[in-house]
Amino acid sequence: MSVEYEEEGATEHGSKPAAAGREVSRRELTELIGVGLVGVLAACMLGFLLLDWVRDAPGTVGAVADAWFTGFLTLGAWADFYLGTNVFRHPFVWRAAATGVLVGIVGPVVGAFLVHRQMALIGETLAHTAFAGVAFGMLFVAFGAGVASGAVALFGSSGTLLLVALIVSAVSALGLQWLTDRTDSYGDVPIAIVLTGSFAVGTLVISWSRDFISIAINIEDFLFGSLAIVTATGSRLVALLTVVVVGLVVYNYKQFLFITFDERAARVARLNVERYNALLIVMTATVVVGAMQILGVILVAGLLVIPVAAASQVAQSFRETLYLSVLVGQVAVLGGLAVSIGVGLPPGGSIIVIAIGAYLLSIAVSGRTEALSMH
Amino acid sequence: MSAVIDVEDVTFSYGDSVAVDNVTLSVDDGEFLGLIGPNGSGKTTLLHLMLGLNEPDSGSLSLFGTPAHEFDDGERIGYVGQRAADRGDAMPVTVRETVLMGRFARAGRARLTDRDREIAHEAMQTVDVLPLAERRVSSLSGGQRQRAFIARALASEADILALDEPTVGIDANSRDRFYDLLDELNATGMTIILIEHDIGVLTKHVDTVACINVELYHHGDTVSFLESDALADAYGRASGILEHNHQ
Repeated sequence: MSVEYEEEGATEHGSKPAAAGREVSRRELTELIGVGLVGVLAACMLGFLLLDWVRDAPGTVGAVADAWFTGFLTLGAWADFYLGTNVFRHPFVWRAAATGVLVGIVGPVVGAFLVHRQMALIGETLAHTAFAGVAFGMLFVAFGAGVASGAVALFGSSGTLLLVALIVSAVSALGLQWLTDRTDSYGDVPIAIVLTGSFAVGTLVISWSRDFISIAINIEDFLFGSLAIVTATGSRLVALLTVVVVGLVVYNYKQFLFITFDERAARVARLNVERYNALLIVMTATVVVGAMQILGVILVAGLLVIPVAAASQVAQSFRETLYLSVLVGQVAVLGGLAVSIGVGLPPGGSIIVIAIGAYLLSIAVSGRTEALSMH
Repeated sequence: MSAVIDVEDVTFSYGDSVAVDNVTLSVDDGEFLGLIGPNGSGKTTLLHLMLGLNEPDSGSLSLFGTPAHEFDDGERIGYVGQRAADRGDAMPVTVRETVLMGRFARAGRARLTDRDREIAHEAMQTVDVLPLAERRVSSLSGGQRQRAFIARALASEADILALDEPTVGIDANSRDRFYDLLDELNATGMTIILIEHDIGVLTKHVDTVACINVELYHHGDTVSFLESDALADAYGRASGILEHNHQ
């Protein structure tokens, strides 16, 4: 059966009849190459972090990893020699770069679903709950006795803070969803309450404990982001969560897409919307805690939202939105880190300003495309 | 014909407010049922109960012989809501991606196969949105958009198509074509349940009418509905059917 129509607009916007099998356009090919390069870069960064981790292992494995790691830094020293810089020989720079590259992938990937579920502010809220988590982490490290000592021995002080922040943020994420489902107010009211409430609690805990807790952490670094707080443990945590989050998104891509686009129809198709919402929000919490190291609590939501906003401006499909979001995220992170290291500015601000530049550019480009199509 | 949906003495409330009171009706395989009633009369609630989205407070409701809220073959139901996928206005999703969503319930977590893409292609061809396959849904007119959602239901190879005021905001010509399409789908054996405010248009296309205003005022074929006082009773005032010629 075929129903023939000649409806309004059917031939507008330069649409072309599509064949059963689609041909890959030059634009799509370029994007695929870009995403492939990001994948290779991410694999290299994961490899670096794995070497950094395994070199502490006893025996031959540790020795081999240590030799490779040292060799890598030697290459960095050569690069510094020829470039006249003092950057690439330092492990902390590579850890920060690896963390940046990885959060530059997972941030936009999770953000693509958040933004189009009109949940853009969730990232900001969870970053603030993570701040409260850092504050509780300080208390835990100071007063947690045996358990805390064990955690600090395993993950270091900063790593333990991040783990506590991760737990607090994930629990808060579920609490926020519970609150949103059970109040009659507009959806952004519980968000505003949790956002300000968690920041208030974090501020109170830090102010109260400052007099009697001595912990070598500058809270401003967590607020505004710093390369200095990207520890070995922190970067390994980001590596782990990147693999887990990307794996979960790939595994549940169809379900997330359906629920994001048409929640009611997804319910009719018997998708467990509540379960996928909870999964998405917990993934967001973990990404926020990972990205918080570089971007800081105040700016971390930008990495989830701005690349997606830029990509959505020019993308034709959701898949293309994901690809372009990741590419914009990478440009922003690598550019921001370069500015931060080169000029000595905070990485968070640098990354976000570059991302906003890309967003404005995407608006200009999409406007030009539309204007051209009208002639 | 066997009943695909059986509603027996169903009551459902939102808190203290009764939305559906003691409703009994059935929908046969291949039937085209029109659900009508004034605003806030419980039409959408009844449809959601029939689709198993809500559990009734009392009474029983079966979908393909299974209690509706326990029914889990989601691919057997196609759904087109009022202003379906409002997020489509800002979300970059193509018509092809939208129609492929119809295959998601069947595919589960497995990758979509060439057969899935072929079925989606055929569904787009059937409702004549194939030339729009790579267009963003947000760039389509209201009529084109709703046809894309019908294509999604076809792609899922649904046995029941449920539509909740699908032509809101759509111009009269597009709406007429949309209903012609529903007639053709119904002629292939698809069961259709339609909520529509325009009673004149609805009664031209459906086989049976259920007129509801919390309680069920009429359930029967279109002729008996037109001859009854159900409309006036349900709307609480003298009501008649106004013929539009949509010129």
